[in-house]
Amino acid sequence: MKESNVYVQDLSRGIIKENPVFRLLLGMCPVLGVTAFLINGLGMGLAATAVLIASNVVVASLKNFIPAQVRIPVFIVIIATFVTIIEMILQAFQPALYDALGVFVPLIVVNCMILGRAEAFASKKPILRSLVDGIGVGIGFTLALGILSLVREVLGQGTILGPEPENTIHLFGEAFEPMGLFAQPPGAFIALGLLLAITNIIFKKYNL
Amino acid sequence: MERVLSIIFIYILVENFVLHRFFGICPFLGVSRKMETAVGMSMAVVFVMTMATLVTWLLYSFVLIPYNLEYLQIVTFILVIASLVQLVEITLRKISPTLYQGLGIFLPLITTNCAIMAVALLAVREEFTLVEAVVFGVAASLGFSLALILMAGIRERLEMAKLPEALEGSAITLITAGILSLAFLGFSGMLSL
Repeated sequence: MKESNVYVQDLSRGIIKENPVFRLLLGMCPVLGVTAFLINGLGMGLAATAVLIASNVVVASLKNFIPAQVRIPVFIVIIATFVTIIEMILQAFQPALYDALGVFVPLIVVNCMILGRAEAFASKKPILRSLVDGIGVGIGFTLALGILSLVREVLGQGTILGPEPENTIHLFGEAFEPMGLFAQPPGAFIALGLLLAITNIIFKKYNL
Repeated sequence: MERVLSIIFIYILVENFVLHRFFGICPFLGVSRKMETAVGMSMAVVFVMTMATLVTWLLYSFVLIPYNLEYLQIVTFILVIASLVQLVEITLRKISPTLYQGLGIFLPLITTNCAIMAVALLAVREEFTLVEAVVFGVAASLGFSLALILMAGIRERLEMAKLPEALEGSAITLITAGILSLAFLGFSGMLSL
């Protein structure tokens, strides 16, 4: 019973208590940069999650062989390898998403959330716990990206699942005039700022 | 010449790296609390970003492309940037202790500043020539500094303001950044390459 409790804690910590976006404000560049459409936000979240889980597992399994003085460069090379793999996979199987995310895909390598988890968690804890931690933080990150991009797409475009015309669902009638601000860069800052204020209130109220 | 001038104008004002392209948000939110640290960080970024663009451009054009190693781009660039930061730190400590005192604490932070990596990657993706790439590095870092210093000025005053509890901290910073970005939106479409 106690054994499984640790894993439940590891999983939930990344989602609520130490949510990378709403709580720690880590890895904010892609959060603001790719969230004009829900698809792009979720795609970015999943790509970063995949890198995070893989790097957490590898760092945790190699932790006894990595000399302490050069650990950061080693972590960076491990992360960069997985980012290269993810970039190639996206380019081959999801070219539209790859183009939409643009330079933010290779920039996963400098996402401080991933390096932070490697340094603070995976380099000290067992492999299985690091795997669960990676999944938890990844879900938290993807969830935050999903919420922000949903808000921005609904308000800024009045659609869901754009920008591909065949998948796009128009939520409102013809007469709807979208709030273009939320599709533009300033809207990203303002929407995230307001979301942070809302989550602050919720976290405080329920003492999370 | 015309192209060089437009690169400068575009990446400082029209497509400001922080406020329009969303690169380097972490230091933008993290060290903009005081004017002094903002200026220190800006100087360190101008220095490292210019050098990083130069070195990565040369490496990409003369090593990676001739040997068909483009897939190593991400690994090479991040290693170049990390070691460049170390090198700058060591040289500065020897050559100019005063400058080191000023920039010292910001240098390690720069390794994970995604603006540096973004400049290196974009210089290659946009197929800039060597001169254009270096100018691009300088302009992007000046744009970053402009945004950071403006933000620090605003936040120093905001410190005194009475805020609703929920907005305190990062929330109001992001909304302020949004308004600042709105001002820069006025430049959009003025010029493009």
